[in-house]
Amino acid sequence: MTDAVLTQAPDSPEVERVGAPIPHATRDARAAEYVGQFGEFARGQEPMWLGAQRRAAIESFATLGFPTTSNEDWHFTSVAALLERTYVPVATASEALSARDIARFQFEGDWQTLVFLNGHFVGQLSQIESGLKVYAGPMSDALSDEARARIVERHFGGLADTRTHAFTALNSAFSGDGAFIHVAADTVAPRNVHLLFVSDDAAEGALVSPRNAIVLEHHAEATVMESYVALGNANYLTNAVTEVYVGDGARLRHYKIQRESINAYHVGSWYANQGRACTYEAFSFAIGADMSRTNIATLLDGEGSHVSLDGLYLVNGDQTVDHQTSVIHAKESCTSHELYKGVLDGDSHAVFNGKVYVHPEAQKTDGKQSNNNLLLSEGARVDTKPQLEIYADDVKCTHGATIGPVDSTALFYLKSRGIGPSIAIRLLTYAFAAEVLEELTIPAVRDELERLAFERFAVGA
Amino acid sequence: MSTAIESLVNREYQYGFVSDIESDTVAPGLSEDVVRIISAKKNEPEWLLEWRLKAYRRWLTMKEPHWPNVTYPPIDYQASRYWSAPTSVKPLQSLDEVDPELVRTYEKLGISLNEQKFLSGVAVDAIFDSVSVGTTMKEELAAHGVIFCSFGEAVKEHPDLVRKYLGSVVPYSDNFFAALNSAVFSDGSFCYVPKGVKCPMELSTYFRINAADTGQFERTLIIADEGASVSYLEGCTAPKRSTNQLHAAVVEIIALDNAAVKYSTVQNWYAGDAEGKGGIYNFVTKRGKAHTNSKISWTQVETGSAITWKYPSVILQGDNSTGEFYSVAVVNNMQQADTGTKMIHIGKNTKSTIVSKGISAGHGNNSYRGRVKVMPRADNARNYTQCDSMLIGNRCGAHTFPYIEVENPSATVEHEASTSKIGEDQIFYCKQRGISAEQAVSMIVSGFCREVFQELPMEFALEAQQLLGITLEGSVG
Repeated sequence: MTDAVLTQAPDSPEVERVGAPIPHATRDARAAEYVGQFGEFARGQEPMWLGAQRRAAIESFATLGFPTTSNEDWHFTSVAALLERTYVPVATASEALSARDIARFQFEGDWQTLVFLNGHFVGQLSQIESGLKVYAGPMSDALSDEARARIVERHFGGLADTRTHAFTALNSAFSGDGAFIHVAADTVAPRNVHLLFVSDDAAEGALVSPRNAIVLEHHAEATVMESYVALGNANYLTNAVTEVYVGDGARLRHYKIQRESINAYHVGSWYANQGRACTYEAFSFAIGADMSRTNIATLLDGEGSHVSLDGLYLVNGDQTVDHQTSVIHAKESCTSHELYKGVLDGDSHAVFNGKVYVHPEAQKTDGKQSNNNLLLSEGARVDTKPQLEIYADDVKCTHGATIGPVDSTALFYLKSRGIGPSIAIRLLTYAFAAEVLEELTIPAVRDELERLAFERFAVGA
Repeated sequence: MSTAIESLVNREYQYGFVSDIESDTVAPGLSEDVVRIISAKKNEPEWLLEWRLKAYRRWLTMKEPHWPNVTYPPIDYQASRYWSAPTSVKPLQSLDEVDPELVRTYEKLGISLNEQKFLSGVAVDAIFDSVSVGTTMKEELAAHGVIFCSFGEAVKEHPDLVRKYLGSVVPYSDNFFAALNSAVFSDGSFCYVPKGVKCPMELSTYFRINAADTGQFERTLIIADEGASVSYLEGCTAPKRSTNQLHAAVVEIIALDNAAVKYSTVQNWYAGDAEGKGGIYNFVTKRGKAHTNSKISWTQVETGSAITWKYPSVILQGDNSTGEFYSVAVVNNMQQADTGTKMIHIGKNTKSTIVSKGISAGHGNNSYRGRVKVMPRADNARNYTQCDSMLIGNRCGAHTFPYIEVENPSATVEHEASTSKIGEDQIFYCKQRGISAEQAVSMIVSGFCREVFQELPMEFALEAQQLLGITLEGSVG
């Protein structure tokens, strides 16, 4: 994967960095503690190659350390808060989870759910799909079958960038259980897959490192939802990585709902590779966590493929929400479509960095990117950086970004028709957010997210 | 790419000649002694020498920035000469005293000082290498109380003004190249427009780099006092050289309450040959500070230089102040440009507009990098940014790196960008109507840049269109 040269913003005295600077010593000492606990990290039975990957990853992490705000990719988001303690992987699964606890996180319709509690697979609440053509189950189970383990080996670690991304390296070193989904050629997965990552109070101080892989062979089709939810307000760090292979002519819908505990930190990275004439729809919905960071990178490596990256973030209080997307057009005639919208209340802070990179041979590229933000309060802050790097001439690329308050004319219009200001603002905010939710093609998911979004404004208003 | 279009552009840089004038040059290298020599040669007061030394010491602790999206071999700062002045210069009473060789040089450039003095109504402070050699229209400006002179002269005649404002917008510690400039700046222009005065004519400076291997470090300071207004033109040409030359200028603009300053640039430094050999490195810091109800407008047409690294910026300090940035940047052959602007909204009801047009051809790489920052107290700040790129051929690149940072909910910030190309069908359409491919390209490009050109003063707009045509010759496809 091509990684653009690290660029840094023009220096100027008025531009201060985000958050208090972390002393180098603190940051390095913290990183060293993670490296230190790698020795004690209980891994159980696992293949040789996985152990080798872990060792390489921890070495890479030791070199990289935690990012500072002088790292261009972390310029606006400080990781200082999550360096206040060392998070430790949870050794054993707790038994506390019941079907009732998770009922409210489920969707209507025909879903197959895989439940993970604090990083451990919960068998009695999950359904494993293990057919001839479709497999969807926990990584630990997939590795126990020899033939399947070979498929895992072929894909595991193939896309995740552990050389430059510290958190991805950290995940690769400490990766716990996660999901492995494999759909054979010319097959449609019979049910939508819901990966439900639950954290409860036992997660206090935990490092949860889910590691997933989704493999769609040519002309396969699947829908995968990743939900990160909390039962309580524990302070923990989720550091998830998902590797995604979309084969020629395949189609993957890939959603993420992030509603972690309000005291938690969430870093989630998706690395996708797309073949010819395939479609990848990635959607990120974020309302939780004290600080969350979502990285989505896709490489359009076959002609005529399409990717859509959409997202909605709704934050208030002291929350920070950060989305970084990267689309690399490496082949001709691909299209990418990106729409991220955000609503900010309280003293929240949103960061968006969208990168579209067009290789010289990627002629006939059609790229579209927008990021729109609605500010509802005095203290809210947005840093957005939609970025284009284009090396081919026969392309159509546009991007746009807007930041602003609720439109005063629209507000006036509603008020003149007898709608009070607080309802009017809610209505307009809802309308603003609805545009991106309309992109969702599964009604159950769309309805649920609309409900969540509306609930959020009710609290925020 | 069609061969018809491909064969279009290869005119040589027509201003590539070297004037043979004896130069008083300091040996290459940079040290505190060199800074002292420069200051001594210019008979500078003690405070200015101290300022230079502070800048030099700070520069020693700074690292050359490498975040721009450009590549070049490491610069050996000890290999450059930091002082060069035509030796024949004495304090001048009239243009007749100017070395005739110099006058001929200007004539080759199409700026006859005499002619301009009488006909065009433009006062020209022409800079030949580092020392100002001719200033016209002084009397008329003086009648309005406008001070327009070389920087060195300003230090002698108006030390209070210089001392008050020098470094107030771009401090010597601002960045690597600004610090270097502050330490060794040779000369430049100084302009002061007093309270309530509308400058009666457009002020213009022509720059030239002449002596080989001499970096040129201009320092320009423009002050528009309360209610004043001025339009300032800067134009550059440089003779052909095979070794790279560093140009690190600093421009500071201060617009006090209710003032307006318009700064226009046409930059046509030597860009190097088709293989990227030679050419100027243009690493410039330009910034203005706008006080209450004032307006600062930057317009630039960048066609030259091997590397352009430049972000004319506005600090919108006062309430209701306005900042504008209109830019056309063209790269061809191996040229690289990383240019854009910064608009820092501090005051309430501040407004900024950014229109940037980038054209890439040949193996050129063109980046727009901009920052729009709305500070927490900048209520009702408004920004509109439009940046369009045009690619000609598939070996060039066009990039956009906008940084948008908003900390006030009443702010409205919009950013739009697009990328397009000149289509074969557009060229074909023009050709079948009897318009040659070259003319067609020039037409399409002019249309693309129209929004910026119409911001330029008349004579500059014409020159800019021509320059654009010349720069793009042979690269069209």
